[in-house]
Amino acid sequence: MSSEMISSTADTNNVPVSESGEIVFERVSKFFTTSTLPAVDQISVKITDGDLVVILGPSGCGKTTLLKMVNRLYEPDSGKIWVGGKEIHTLPVNELRRKIGYVIQQVGLFPHMTIQKNISVVPHLLGWEEKRINDRLEMLMQLIGLPVSYLPRYPRQLSGGEQQRVGLARALAADPEILLMDEPFAAVDAINRECLQGELIDLHSKLNKTILFVTHDVEEAFRLATKIIVMRAGKLVQYGTPLELVTQPENEFIEELVGSNNILRKLSLMNVNSILKARENHFYDADKSQPVEKNSAVLNPEDDLRSVVSLLLRSGRDSLPVKDSENRLLGTVGYADLREMLISNLSSE
Amino acid sequence: MNYLVNNFDVVVELFLQHLQLTLAVIFFSLLIGIPLGLLLARIRWLRGPVMSLLGIIYTIPSLSFFVLLIPLFGLGTRPAIIALTAYAQLLLIRNWLVGLTNIEPAVLEAARGMGLNGWQRFWQIEFPLALPMLLAGIRLVALSSIGIGTIAAFINAGGLGVLLFQGVITNNYDKIFTGALAVTILSFAANYFIRYLEQRAEFRIYGKRI
Ligand SMILES: Nc1ncnc2c1ncn2[C@@H]1O[C@H](COP(=O)(O)OP(=O)(O)OP(=O)(O)O)[C@@H](O)[C@H]1O
Ligand SMILES: [Mg+2]
Repeated sequence: MSSEMISSTADTNNVPVSESGEIVFERVSKFFTTSTLPAVDQISVKITDGDLVVILGPSGCGKTTLLKMVNRLYEPDSGKIWVGGKEIHTLPVNELRRKIGYVIQQVGLFPHMTIQKNISVVPHLLGWEEKRINDRLEMLMQLIGLPVSYLPRYPRQLSGGEQQRVGLARALAADPEILLMDEPFAAVDAINRECLQGELIDLHSKLNKTILFVTHDVEEAFRLATKIIVMRAGKLVQYGTPLELVTQPENEFIEELVGSNNILRKLSLMNVNSILKARENHFYDADKSQPVEKNSAVLNPEDDLRSVVSLLLRSGRDSLPVKDSENRLLGTVGYADLREMLISNLSSE
Repeated sequence: MNYLVNNFDVVVELFLQHLQLTLAVIFFSLLIGIPLGLLLARIRWLRGPVMSLLGIIYTIPSLSFFVLLIPLFGLGTRPAIIALTAYAQLLLIRNWLVGLTNIEPAVLEAARGMGLNGWQRFWQIEFPLALPMLLAGIRLVALSSIGIGTIAAFINAGGLGVLLFQGVITNNYDKIFTGALAVTILSFAANYFIRYLEQRAEFRIYGKRI
């Protein structure tokens, strides 16, 4: 506790770079002896502190290899990696790993340890006091939505989804700035996966960790990512926000992968607010004069355009009013606006 | 049963000698087998040659093995312990190696990724997870040493084999019976005791077995 206070006061006058979750890859390559082609080929990318970056690409394209070089489970053959401003070889390997949470598809909980022991392995290694560990355990169980009564259980007494939650809690135990996740939800059923994805989004916005998340599931990538790295055959093909990938795909591969011609996906990545903003920019008629009928459906500025379509269809009207949280009328949005948005995004390619 | 009743203290002494021999064999085989097994678990190409060598040693007939060691180590318990320890390696390492290599790779990867060093991974993860198989190996070592150990009486190593050899030479059926009974009791006791430890180690990992 006291060491935390010291470091937090130090933060204010001289921000220690190691406290940031920024990850920088500089021309990183990795060869395996099994192939003459590189598994990772000259990748340079900068991951901003606090982002949830998804590494997306077909099987065997090098996603896992790229991820495992961050915590030095693999060593790059060339290039450099910085974590929080420090080149990763400047600190002892196990010290580095204890600062980076690591979650894998097969979870890998220790079967002979209770949930409590599993989660507290790293805090113990770091020499935390019992009191601090117990407080942390309670907080983590709450975070992952499992009752504390699960703590004395063994992993085998938990469902697959619950085990993956514990895996996440274990990775977060020592409060790392960075979380590496390799297809963590691939082995759980569809319903549980959606829950876990939602929880991860919440957790990310609450904890403000940098998360590097590997998947080959495009839907998952679009759901979670603030930015996406698309890889193919060891190379980085494109790095951008989900909307950028859909509206400005670098090439046909991206177009095909992310379904750039998929209008519904495109709509799901934009919201009502973007229409209202576009109007301001174009001095476009803000049509606030229309009277609002009672009982009609109302749009929120945060609604994505895909749900706007379904609301429009259900209401049987050509446009619907938009109101903010204080119930003020901001304007109306209808089919014409959706068409306008799609056309303007297509022309920006 | 007359022999047992009249010579109870002699039988007890030989019983304890036999137990001591067995414990010594277990001790020395662990001393060699645990690090050797760990080495084989890490270095895959060593497994074939080492296991074949241990297999060859295992096929040497016990009586000739004991006798072969006499010029080097003389008579007594020393050559007996050495020969039995050499036999034990095959049984022990085979089991220990299975235990180590059957650990789920994801478990070891998680441990590595979390920042446990080699020593911590061994004590906190690998050892407890491979322990049931190690104990199964120890049980085999104990049983085979108790059995083959009777023959070691031939080179003056003492133990319950003394009763058997003397009984055969003097045609004392009662003595043979007493010796055989004592060996059986020792075997059963060792088997049950180590099996109990095995089950406890298994229970920690797998929970209740039906
Ligand atoms: N330990 C290894 N030894 C040899 N080759 C490897 C090793 N790990 C990965 N490779 C090879 O490197 C390439 C990239 O593998 P990687 O595991 O990074 O792919 P991936 O994108 O994670 O695939 P997936 O989606 O199937 O998990 C593949 O061709 C793979 O065969
Ligand atoms: Mg992978």
